[in-house]
Amino acid sequence: MIKKTLTLAALAVVATAGAAEARDQIRIVGSSTVYPFSTTVAENFGKTTDFKTPVIESTGSGGGLKLFCAGVGTEHPDMTNSSRRIKKSEVETCAKNGVTDITEVKIGFDGIVLANGKNAPLFNLNKGQIFQALAKEVPVDGKWVANPYKSWSDIDASLPAEEIEVLGPPPTSGTRDAFVELVMEEGCLELPACAELKKADADKFKQVFGSMREDGAFIEAGENDNLIVQKLDANPLALGIFGFSFLDQNSDKIQGSNIEGVSPTFEAIASGEYKVSRPLFFYIKDAHVGTIPGIKEYVAEFTADKAWGPEGYLADKGLIPLPDDMRAEMAKQAADLAPLSL
Amino acid sequence: MTSNNTDLVRAGLARRYRAEKRFRLYGLGAILVALAMLLTLFVTIFGSGLGAFTATEMTLEVTLFPQDVDPEGNRDPDVLSAANYRKLISQAMLDLFPDVTTRQDRRALLAIVSDGATYEARRRVMADPSLIGQRIDITVPVSSDFDLLNKGKVDETSAEHERRITDKQIAWFKRLQDRGMISTTFNKRLFTNSDSRQPELAGILGAVVGSMYTLLITLALSFPIGVAAAVYLEEYAPQNWFTDMIEVNINNLAAVPSIVFGLLGLAVFLNVFGMPRSAPVVGGLVLTLMTLPTIIIASRAALKSVPPSIREAALGVGASKLQMIVHHVLPLAMPGMLTGTIIGMAQALGETAPLLMIGMVAFIADVPGGPLAPSTVMPVQIYLWADSAERAFVERTSAAIMILLAFLVFMNAGAVVLRKKFERKW
Repeated sequence: MIKKTLTLAALAVVATAGAAEARDQIRIVGSSTVYPFSTTVAENFGKTTDFKTPVIESTGSGGGLKLFCAGVGTEHPDMTNSSRRIKKSEVETCAKNGVTDITEVKIGFDGIVLANGKNAPLFNLNKGQIFQALAKEVPVDGKWVANPYKSWSDIDASLPAEEIEVLGPPPTSGTRDAFVELVMEEGCLELPACAELKKADADKFKQVFGSMREDGAFIEAGENDNLIVQKLDANPLALGIFGFSFLDQNSDKIQGSNIEGVSPTFEAIASGEYKVSRPLFFYIKDAHVGTIPGIKEYVAEFTADKAWGPEGYLADKGLIPLPDDMRAEMAKQAADLAPLSL
Repeated sequence: MTSNNTDLVRAGLARRYRAEKRFRLYGLGAILVALAMLLTLFVTIFGSGLGAFTATEMTLEVTLFPQDVDPEGNRDPDVLSAANYRKLISQAMLDLFPDVTTRQDRRALLAIVSDGATYEARRRVMADPSLIGQRIDITVPVSSDFDLLNKGKVDETSAEHERRITDKQIAWFKRLQDRGMISTTFNKRLFTNSDSRQPELAGILGAVVGSMYTLLITLALSFPIGVAAAVYLEEYAPQNWFTDMIEVNINNLAAVPSIVFGLLGLAVFLNVFGMPRSAPVVGGLVLTLMTLPTIIIASRAALKSVPPSIREAALGVGASKLQMIVHHVLPLAMPGMLTGTIIGMAQALGETAPLLMIGMVAFIADVPGGPLAPSTVMPVQIYLWADSAERAFVERTSAAIMILLAFLVFMNAGAVVLRKKFERKW
């Protein structure tokens, strides 16, 4: 019996080597923020056409681009999702590995919200206040000191006299990168001391806005946004940082704080009025179009108005659509496989 | 002197009995604490997961208009496949509510039906094109927000903007209920479907099949290799620095974090051998590496526990070493080896970290057709659902955990039965 199983196992292993050649299924990797949207499209695509449902891995934006740029050939993914734009260095890596023709498709926006439990007071914050609440070092009387603020009212008397406690994503998360760039960096610049620092010492400036407090006021709550939502429900004094779709799905439990006087609603993010939002992308490896069946059709499904339009099924999942003219332009670019230009 | 000693013992007797009793109570207390924790776990998981086993369905009468499904009437499968079934479903819904006219209201009304209705209509037509032109009853789940409403998990008294469904939608849903179109049934889709983005359509089947393939490969490789290694090390290997080093290494490997095996799998199986990503065969190989040390260590312990007299008696009556091991030592050690294997397999069943690196943490909507097809496994499915924004995935996550626990109980029970069977022979 043992002999039999061994032979079987050996056969299985040998068979794999040959099977790696052909592939009739699209493979997509990348951002966990885009994952819910691309899986929705993939499912619709798989169930309403004769193509197989694409396999989508949630690897994070950086990890996805690394896999995407590893080379051309069936063992490499055909597309990657990203919650940030591809970097110049990544394009260079791609080119070095033979991935020269890439098409970029911007699919919409994702708002980043700062939310707390429904039974807690609604916060009205500006970016400067958020920076002062969360940065490791803040300017006090012109000097950079370790963050002394214990409660929100220490920063501004108009804010509630409650202890600062913010749950947020870890540094590996794209949401964290975007939060640092959109809120912390801009918030820092709202303070005069910070603007001076940027001129005087750019490196120090980067370090200042990129470092979050480590004294317990900012808590890294892991990649799981649902967990943050549950914690907010249990602890009304805390605020949480996460993507808009989680606020959208849990609007009975949590409320999004106003930032710069704007509430994070679908309409406000779509119109650009709510500033803390980032574009989402996917990238197509043009060399695989024609080799792997269905890539063009999948892209067509994604860029159809029934999917990514203001009333499409992706909007139901929390994707904030692009403005009409931009959407039309992007759909055309995607269909023509227009080359990427940075 | 003697009476003195007896008195001394007597005097301390009460104290010793008390100490004895306390000691027993500590043990009992430890058991109670463990049980209480287990109970809390079960109560939370069962409490939130039981809801997922029932589904809210609606029966919708859909007319399959030939002009929409097959305008040219030649039953071309490509045309049938690409037809706009969504429109048919919308029409069926709008026929029920003629008073719904504005575009926004129509959208809100259609949100009650799951996307599954479209897929189901397409499936029915593809399977039997003669249905075109007829009115058919399609039983489909309602979308997850309304499923939760039907289960009483939506607070209808809260302000309208605080829930995901509007007052109008609730009123429409009540009308459907009044017409007897809504029914609550056992959620068989949880067992017959694979992953889906729509919670009401999502099921565990693909992950169960993926887990099965992965574990089969793990078992087929790790059990024979583990037992062979243990037999050699225990019965044949000379005692020298080389075998000592092997032993240290095996013990070390058993404690290596599982993600390391995933990295190894990525580097060796994917990059060097060019095996496909996300395939159970690679998952099985990686998990084999992970479970081997556990099995080898348990098997060696089982072999060690066989008394030397058995070996000597067998050799004494003229058995060869091979006969001695295969006929006498292995059957006696088998129960222990099986226990070790089951523990290793149970570990493998619950593992996600090493599979992350080889691409098994993925959205896979098709049931894997073999050990080479892309697939995911049960704990990965749990992880992916736990990470989803849709509220209805919360109960599905717990339900999937319950199913995984059931599998573990089943496996362990199997191990006990096997063990008993082997034990009776000797």
